[in-house]
Amino acid sequence: MSDIIRRDPRAEWIMRNRLHPLHDQYMSQEEGGEVRGPSGLIRKFPHKVGFIGPNGIKRIDRLKGNSSAPKGKRSAAAQEVQLPLHKVENPDYYIMVVPDMVGGRLTGHDKDILGLAHKLIAEQGGNGAVVAVCFGEVKEEHFDTAGVDRVLHIEGEVFEGYAPEARVQALAKVEAQYTVKHWLFPDSIHGGCDLASRLAARLGERPATQAWQVNAEQTVSRGASASLDITRKTPKILMLLEECADAIDETRHEATPMTLDEVSVSAATIKDKGLMAVDPNAIPMAEAEFILSAGNGIHNWDQFHEAAKVLGATEGASRVAVDDGFMPRSRQVGATGTWVTARVYVAVGISGAIQHMQGIGQVDKVVAINTDAGCDMVKRAALSVIGDSEEILAELMKLAAEHKQTSLSDQAEENSNAA
Amino acid sequence: MPHKVISLISVGRHPQSGRSRRADQDSRAVELGLKLAGTDLDVVHAGNSEEPVLRQYAGMGLPKVTVLEQTESADALPALSSYLKAQQADIVLTGVRAESGESSGMMPYLLSEQLGWPIVARVADIVEIKDGEAQVLLALPRGQRRQVTVKLPFIASVDNAAQAARQSAFGPGLRAKMATQSGSTEDDSVRVNWSEAPAKARPKRLKVVKAKTAADRFKAATAKPQGGSGKVMKNETAQEKAQAIFDLLIEEKVIR
Repeated sequence: MSDIIRRDPRAEWIMRNRLHPLHDQYMSQEEGGEVRGPSGLIRKFPHKVGFIGPNGIKRIDRLKGNSSAPKGKRSAAAQEVQLPLHKVENPDYYIMVVPDMVGGRLTGHDKDILGLAHKLIAEQGGNGAVVAVCFGEVKEEHFDTAGVDRVLHIEGEVFEGYAPEARVQALAKVEAQYTVKHWLFPDSIHGGCDLASRLAARLGERPATQAWQVNAEQTVSRGASASLDITRKTPKILMLLEECADAIDETRHEATPMTLDEVSVSAATIKDKGLMAVDPNAIPMAEAEFILSAGNGIHNWDQFHEAAKVLGATEGASRVAVDDGFMPRSRQVGATGTWVTARVYVAVGISGAIQHMQGIGQVDKVVAINTDAGCDMVKRAALSVIGDSEEILAELMKLAAEHKQTSLSDQAEENSNAA
Repeated sequence: MPHKVISLISVGRHPQSGRSRRADQDSRAVELGLKLAGTDLDVVHAGNSEEPVLRQYAGMGLPKVTVLEQTESADALPALSSYLKAQQADIVLTGVRAESGESSGMMPYLLSEQLGWPIVARVADIVEIKDGEAQVLLALPRGQRRQVTVKLPFIASVDNAAQAARQSAFGPGLRAKMATQSGSTEDDSVRVNWSEAPAKARPKRLKVVKAKTAADRFKAATAKPQGGSGKVMKNETAQEKAQAIFDLLIEEKVIR
């Protein structure tokens, strides 16, 4: 084909003549493609740009269909983007990730490690699959978008609760049954570090602990209470710090279940006797899970302490309550006091000064009890209750007492059934 | 019959000044050992017997410290495991992680594998020992405790949640005896190939906006943090309000 652009005088003539029988056909042909002028420049036909909107006004979409806003008011529900599916068939090797699964769900730390596993596969090449090895109850529903190619859920009563010995036997079995290139564990206090150390001792491998920069050849890990960077060849078993890699966010994965042959677990030498009841006020406030915090709106302090006791909450206070002498300084939450990480924070009579809001920045769920519906704490809270705190705390204590009674009687019933 | 308790100690490192000191977790292990066995506690260090830090441990009220004499590059595992086997220990206490060297925290696990004893990790307290079984409290995140029972003999790594170590007295520390034995001579052959450097600060993770168009980038840059206020209850009765809060507490499992 020559590069010379040739005009078609007949076509131009037909397009100029709206009465020509072939006019419509030529015009529709023209619409999609670009029109070139006699000199080869692309010409725009201004009357053809844009479209007529629903109210009869001409609209021009200059984003070329890239706008994220939904098109037209009718389809207001945002369409979920379907990420491309990453498929692994007949993998040559596996990278086993043993996530913490705190509360049955993947933590941010776990997701980073899954991302790292994919990075390792990309660097090493070959057909590798990332496996999440889970024990006990699993509530996670988004294994696919977290980057899990295969899920190996090891079920059984012996693996429930605190059972590191049974679990490490199962992991050793996994090692024997599959070709495992790496074992990745979170270096965390949720049990990942313990399990990894047990497995490393069992397999006779030398692990890298507190690793934070990992590629296929080299691993940089912390040593000597985080004052040393140790560089070494990437070992088989790795315990990884938080933010060691980026989590998967651009692909979807299969998350197909895998099976493990029957594991014969020897009798446990460590017997789990369950969680202990801990005095909530003995827990350091920075790591308490459930905090009941009091501010200027509290008048009946005896009732507040009673409520904290009945609910089993750690006590906190705003600066005003501390300055007025109702609570000790060590209980102050906020910029000058403690920065808390609770999952649930109940703020009673706290309007929410900015210093206090900084202190509760990491809290998941805030519940506000306040008389002022317009205060900042109500804006931050997941659930706000407007009313007198004394009345509401009294009702809350009543409910908690009832709940305790019913759960006790349930237990007694269970015991009598068992007997 | 009193039980034979052995605490393993190492040289610590002060987090700010970097000077050597009593390691935090190891000194807690000595404290726990003193609680269980009194002055019959055997405290063992594998390394240099001239190390002044050992006197700081001895100052906690120990008449003697056993030192398995070996060089810094030698592997402590064979010396310790043969010593523990010979002593017929019932309980071996260590820290979770050493403050010097590789500080991988593998030592108690490797000992447990070699000796065939169970290991309990992150112990907060050993409550009582009865009929060849110990009742142990484990430290969990968020200040929670778990109770387990373990058959003797066992190895326990002591968490920061255990009772803090008592003050060290200088004079008794100086007067304590250093009982020296020969340790292992095998060098740690794997570690020779590693390169070590002072720790670099880890880069903070940046929030990367993956927007395809200018409009999206603009939106990401100017958008206020999500989460307009949640449910607000105004006109319900106090009982309904309390019920709503209580349901949330149950749902979040903070009330059991």
